[in-house]
Amino acid sequence: MSLSGIISLTLALVLCPLLIGVINRIKAFFAGRLGVPLLQLYYDLAKLLRKGAVYSRTSTWLLRAGPAVGLACVLAAAALAPLGGGGALVGFEGDLILFAGLLALMRFFTVLAALDTGSSFEGMGASREVQFSALAEPALLLGLTVLATGTGSLSLNSIYSRLGAELWGKAAPALVLTALAFSVVFLTENARIPVDDPNTHLELTMIHEVMVLDHSGPDLALIQFAAALKLWVLGSLIVGVLAPVHSGLLWLDCLAALGGMLVLAVSVGVVESSMARLRLMNVPRLLLGAVVLTVLALILILR
Amino acid sequence: MTILLEGVTVLVLVTNLLLLSSSRLNYCIRVVAAQGALVGLLPLLMHFNELAARVLMISLAGMVLKLLVFPWLLLRAMRGVDVRREMEPYVGYSLSLLSGVGMLIVSFWIGSRLPLAIPGLRHSVLPMAFFNIFTGLFLLVGRRKALTQVLGYLVMENGIYIFGAAVVLEAPLMVELGVLLDVFMLVFVLGIILFHISRDFDHLDIDRLSALKDWHGAEDEPAAFAPEHSRES
Repeated sequence: MSLSGIISLTLALVLCPLLIGVINRIKAFFAGRLGVPLLQLYYDLAKLLRKGAVYSRTSTWLLRAGPAVGLACVLAAAALAPLGGGGALVGFEGDLILFAGLLALMRFFTVLAALDTGSSFEGMGASREVQFSALAEPALLLGLTVLATGTGSLSLNSIYSRLGAELWGKAAPALVLTALAFSVVFLTENARIPVDDPNTHLELTMIHEVMVLDHSGPDLALIQFAAALKLWVLGSLIVGVLAPVHSGLLWLDCLAALGGMLVLAVSVGVVESSMARLRLMNVPRLLLGAVVLTVLALILILR
Repeated sequence: MTILLEGVTVLVLVTNLLLLSSSRLNYCIRVVAAQGALVGLLPLLMHFNELAARVLMISLAGMVLKLLVFPWLLLRAMRGVDVRREMEPYVGYSLSLLSGVGMLIVSFWIGSRLPLAIPGLRHSVLPMAFFNIFTGLFLLVGRRKALTQVLGYLVMENGIYIFGAAVVLEAPLMVELGVLLDVFMLVFVLGIILFHISRDFDHLDIDRLSALKDWHGAEDEPAAFAPEHSRES
């Protein structure tokens, strides 16, 4: 537990809804609209938290547990993931497996909650979510393996504190490939455009949004906040690879990481505005491509 | 310089993976063009310290040919025969990508066991050469359209070119120019052949050419290669 860890977790908790706001503003800019306010998600969360929740009579405790467990998992993952080059709140040998496991547990409970409603649409979304995540997870784990091999460490915290100019000088191509694969994982896990369209209202094409249709009020607030936090956490993995700033000054490191996150949000907005959603049958090929990139990176760094 | 060389090498590897996973011919032709340009850069980077005029000349000629002339010829052939994408390859795209991983591992294994001509060079150029050759072979046997097979030949030629540049320090000028001329003629002639195949048979699928037979008699055996052949519909 360190000062930088507390700062990075606090920044994640406070600023993650802003990231969504930035992405939405960029998309609005490209579409020629004015767009929603930057702080819209904060307003939404405040509004939803004041409302009551409605539960279907056919649902059980699983529907209620889903959002809470999801948020708890992503909070724990946020405590493990360092922001950019800064430190994480907790870290131990092998916590990168726990990190991937927490994200998987969050997904598992979201899927259970979706299936619990008994709606066929939600079951369809859950099936797709699981299918794509099963392909994205090898890319995430192999990418983390590349970083662990390169830095000779098994804890996210020390991996990201050892990433720096020295490793970039030795193995730049492997790191670029890993960052690319992480970006695909990032877009998939956060239901972003080449894989899933967060704005779609056509149930047949939805993946993630369809699973949370039956949640309302505070539950929906928890889900939206957890999604924003997940975006931040996975984004910080990419920023930590691409812009590892270790100046020794805490505020400078944090500032650099925040700048990196801003650039990441802007580029997500650009990607979403300039690309169309892939056909569902082509998504596995994209994810397989990410896996192949990490395999290539692993070969390059093992040599 | 080594980091630049490494970067170009990895880019070439990635272009091969793109070729294995994509079905749009237009896109594949452009990717092969980009690969040709990257491959042309490699000798320049490898011999950067003692850059001879002939290395420069051959590289530049190769790059112009592969970046501008080949795509132009192939795109023209593609428009002429009116095919857009590889519809039903023998090996699916996901499986092709996975086989790509296997080929990648094998090429790195072979590449680590062969000596290099230039000392100091990290062992990633040879694996790349082998990966190019394997990818080219894979495209030749795994795809159905004649145009993709031409691309497979080009990818293989890139691999052999790199293998030569990395293992043999200096191939004679005449040999390299001869190879370039041969490849140029291959693309040129195949473009014309493709056009004629598609005009005569209405398709570009190589496997159906195996139905071609000698005529044993004019009447008792109707032409086996007629376009409206019943099995094909």
